[in-house]
Amino acid sequence: MVSSIVSFQVGDREVEVLVAPMTTLQTVLRYQLGYTAVKEGCRQGGCGSCAVLVDGEPVLSCLLPVEDVAGRRVTTLEALAEPDALHPIQQAFIDHLAFQCGYCTPGMVMVSKALLDRDPDPSRAEILDALAGNVCRCTGYAPIAEAVADAARVLASRGAQSR
Amino acid sequence: MAKLRGTGIAAVNYPTGMNLGGDPSQALIHATTSGSFVVTLSATDLGQGLRTVIAQIAAETLGVGVDDVFIDTADTDTGPHDMGTFASRATHRVGNAVIAAAKEAREALLEVAAEELEASRDDLETDGLGNIRVRGAPGRSVKVTDIASLAQFTYGRTISGRGAWMKPRSAVDPETGAMDPDSTEAHACTVAEVEVDTETGVVTVISIKSAYEVGRQVNPALVHGQIVGGAWMGMSHALYETTTPYYPDPGHRPKDFSEYLMPGAHETPEIDCVVLEYPSSNGPYGVKGIGEMTANSPIPAIVNAIYHATGVRIDELPVTPELVLRGLEAKERHASGGVTPSTAGD
Repeated sequence: MVSSIVSFQVGDREVEVLVAPMTTLQTVLRYQLGYTAVKEGCRQGGCGSCAVLVDGEPVLSCLLPVEDVAGRRVTTLEALAEPDALHPIQQAFIDHLAFQCGYCTPGMVMVSKALLDRDPDPSRAEILDALAGNVCRCTGYAPIAEAVADAARVLASRGAQSR
Repeated sequence: MAKLRGTGIAAVNYPTGMNLGGDPSQALIHATTSGSFVVTLSATDLGQGLRTVIAQIAAETLGVGVDDVFIDTADTDTGPHDMGTFASRATHRVGNAVIAAAKEAREALLEVAAEELEASRDDLETDGLGNIRVRGAPGRSVKVTDIASLAQFTYGRTISGRGAWMKPRSAVDPETGAMDPDSTEAHACTVAEVEVDTETGVVTVISIKSAYEVGRQVNPALVHGQIVGGAWMGMSHALYETTTPYYPDPGHRPKDFSEYLMPGAHETPEIDCVVLEYPSSNGPYGVKGIGEMTANSPIPAIVNAIYHATGVRIDELPVTPELVLRGLEAKERHASGGVTPSTAGD
């Protein structure tokens, strides 16, 4: 088995990693590059805690060989906050107590971001669809769905202000 | 075939901490040179918010701001003893230990302040904002942060406290069986509404509404979080979760995480609650334990609602669609003069 060098973008950073074949994106992000927001829940696509965005689309990084993101842009939770403020989705999660142990939170925030980037005004059903691949054992999901709806309102009012 | 609605009710009395007692917690507190207070525990925050409520309890007793309290949890190699986070005991047991430790640390703090202010210890009060002042003498005030620094660099003293709390283990009288099992009890009543699809056997929970009596709420947002999350867990136990879904044939059991059935975001019902506060006599500031109990009453409430909707009494968990359909079939056979209704297999 021959190792290979894979180049891609994480946030605004160009990275180059030497990996064995079939190494997952999750392993590289968390253990090789130190993006510890990328959790390792089940390693079989069952929990969603490893969700990141690849070119804006949510993916389960534990199922994706890192070779597949060569030349593409990966966004982890670390890229969301601005220097002086949390991202409105992060703030809404705090305001609604949308986590307790916090393990699912990075994945939940990332799939929520993908949803709101695609659809700034989702219905409750669309929010639940977006969250359906992610497991939370603490909150009962309701606070998370409320947080996403609230973040959509905040982002919409920001958009209105900037126009 | 129809979709039948039903409503069920269930109540729970939940004793806080280990039955019969004998489950001690200890806490140590010390001030750093910068005037923040470190509370050292071996109890664990599982996400329920122990660190938050313990910081609130410590700050209240010390008379300082909550941001000046740092909670250091869960190193059993180095921390003071604790039985652990279980049985809804941590806020009650650890909170009591922290109050004891904070009282001792507060005395040490005020003794140094009394020397510095050349005042009597009994005339000193804290304002909860980081200041110690002489009662009735405006202007004679000193910052807690300054006292913490002075204590260590000028007076050569520590500002620290030790605390422990335990309900002594109750013996059981061998003659009468008499014992003292609880330290305090929280209470709840839950009403669940369900819809049962008689064609598929699938049960959908429409709503879970509860009234809770939990003693003093140290942090109402965290209490609400426990109740909402617990209602979901109760629903999950009632209808979904099992490691042997096709018992007695173990060959089809889930082999890993992704085959283990749990409800997701789509299955979340409307969850609502009201909270009543009747402070306990022996909890920190009147606390009772609320944690585990939040997953208890939703289970029988849901099963009772299924009975109300269908007339089928189910007595095993989880209530799978198969159990519901077998129960409906048995009920029909009984109605047409067949055997006694049962949810057991043929």
